[in-house]
Amino acid sequence: MQPLNQHRGGVIPLDRANVDTDQIIPKQFLKRTERTGFGQFLFYNWRFDTDGKPEPGFVLNREPYTGGSILLTRNNFGCGSSREHAPWALLDYGIRVVIAPSFADIFYNNCFKNGILPLILPEETVEHLFQRVDSDITQKLTVDLETCQIHDEQDFTASFEVEPYRRYCLLNGLDDIAITLQQEDRIRDYESRYPDYYLLTNPV
Amino acid sequence: MKPRTLFEKVWDRHVIHQEEGKPAILYIDLHLIHEVTSPQAFEGLRLEGRRVRRPDLTIATMDHNVPTTDRSLPITDSIAVKQMETLAENCREFGVRLYDLDHPQQGIVHVIGPELGLTLPGKTIVCGDSHTSTHGAFGCLAFGIGTSEVEHVLATQCLQQLKPKTMEVHINGALSPGVTAKDIILAIIAEIGTDGATGCVIEYTGEAIRNLSMEERMTVCNMSIEAGARAGMIAPDETTFSYLQGRPYAPEGDTLEKAKREWEQLHTDKGAVYDYRVELDASKIAPQVTWGTSPGMGVRVTDTVPDPATFSTPTEQQSVRRALDYMGLTPGTPITSIEVDRVFIGSCTNSRLEDLRAAARVVKNRQVSSRVQAMVVPGSQQVKEKAEQEGLDRIFTEAGFEWRESGCSMCLGMNPDTLDAKERCASTSNRNFEGRQGRGGRTHLVSPMMAAAAAIEGHFVDIRNWKYQD
Repeated sequence: MQPLNQHRGGVIPLDRANVDTDQIIPKQFLKRTERTGFGQFLFYNWRFDTDGKPEPGFVLNREPYTGGSILLTRNNFGCGSSREHAPWALLDYGIRVVIAPSFADIFYNNCFKNGILPLILPEETVEHLFQRVDSDITQKLTVDLETCQIHDEQDFTASFEVEPYRRYCLLNGLDDIAITLQQEDRIRDYESRYPDYYLLTNPV
Repeated sequence: MKPRTLFEKVWDRHVIHQEEGKPAILYIDLHLIHEVTSPQAFEGLRLEGRRVRRPDLTIATMDHNVPTTDRSLPITDSIAVKQMETLAENCREFGVRLYDLDHPQQGIVHVIGPELGLTLPGKTIVCGDSHTSTHGAFGCLAFGIGTSEVEHVLATQCLQQLKPKTMEVHINGALSPGVTAKDIILAIIAEIGTDGATGCVIEYTGEAIRNLSMEERMTVCNMSIEAGARAGMIAPDETTFSYLQGRPYAPEGDTLEKAKREWEQLHTDKGAVYDYRVELDASKIAPQVTWGTSPGMGVRVTDTVPDPATFSTPTEQQSVRRALDYMGLTPGTPITSIEVDRVFIGSCTNSRLEDLRAAARVVKNRQVSSRVQAMVVPGSQQVKEKAEQEGLDRIFTEAGFEWRESGCSMCLGMNPDTLDAKERCASTSNRNFEGRQGRGGRTHLVSPMMAAAAAIEGHFVDIRNWKYQD
């Protein structure tokens, strides 16, 4: 996993609440067996018309937002399906930070596994940022995960919180599996006391 | 000992290690996998030279993109075929049991788990699918995970988890005739919102929950995720234990008796405290119909389509306007005057035998409206077989429904079962998101009886006034 410590990038304002993972990556694109290549399908049904031509009104197709890497959005972002294809699509498109007042649990968790920071700011701060972005005051943001600070190139600054362990893993790009496997003795000990009524002994 | 909630008891029993300020390492008793969210996980194992630690606690099925038409015909979607073949190869290579397309017990992962007796009280169960919450109906801690976590469980049989908060949803009183488990959960979501239980595990309690059958409890727990919860749980009782009798993987004899003694402890202790609590009166719940593009956008069948101006914040008003525009609905329209083009009875929410029985009773000796195309997709091949033994298939087909093979089907439209743009569907599934059932398709979530009645009348009706012809 690619570590993330400091990130500076253009802001993409997606002014919608409850954006679900079906919108982030529609189901017709879930049939690939790789983790890569999903960026071209990000927000597909909003981004392209039924003929596959870009929808000029959609924010990813509008200047100055093309090429941005920080998504600014509303509450409960990433609700619905557990598909990790959603963060894969965001990452493959180039998004490294998503800012919202709240996130759905599974999506939030999936982001950290893929080097994306889901950054929670209070609703009024998000509203304030939307206004600044709409009026071109804020174009780029710098997110510093070391200091948990975010600022633009003018006078906007805010601090944010991330669970320390998640922050640590993201800063260092750590592989969870290797960490868990360090507990091999404890896993084996647990398994030695495993209840027989949970064993799936009856064959298919 | 400090009084504990049901969740805490199951959680504590599975924590194999916990360091201050770090997630717990939680042992997983059952890992269910399917074709869509597993290929990248197996690929990850291969790249790192890792094995599946407990293939004996891992079970695979194909459900998300399988066709529901004649199984003897070749599948036309070559990418879907590749995904199914990949799962079969991965299961062979890593020694995982697979219920493939030709297996007589194939079906939707959350239908076959309980049906086969894989789902047992007190287990931790995960699957790369958010509706894993279904299994919580048995007093399990069951939740959906992403593909990285699927890989983690395959490699370690454990997960790193931060301890969630708890919410009690207490449902007093008794349901009115025609009001179902689906209406309970839709009413809860309309009440607390689609992020009302974010960060929480819900425990459903109260008289109305105790009186539900196992299949009804599964419907309630299934849609916990639509309220934002990772998991929903119901304490096991005699209803649970009798459901388990004779299931293929369920313990038997002395082992079962020993297990039951453990499982009888799986209830929230007197004096245990939840982080949040919500209370609803079952007798006040009416049949529900969603009108928007989020499961929380629902009303009683006797209501009208709401006016965006009546919502409190500008963000909500904008969401409602956008949803009504997408759904092609005008504020003030009575729900019962909304006409439907399609009816879908199926999905991990409502495709079990009791669901099909309830819907069949509504359609018996009636005809599907000429404006409606209606289909029934049983949740598993076992459900299909049992329904056929009872003659439910004939009731449906004689009324004009299509009777299909099992799978996720039009719940998410990954297979050819999809809506066309602007087609309006009464659906027993769990999500009414934009494009969920097909790009531009309009989904209204309802119970199986409400869907069946909409198929007959061509528009929504209040099922409480239905004249049964049996």
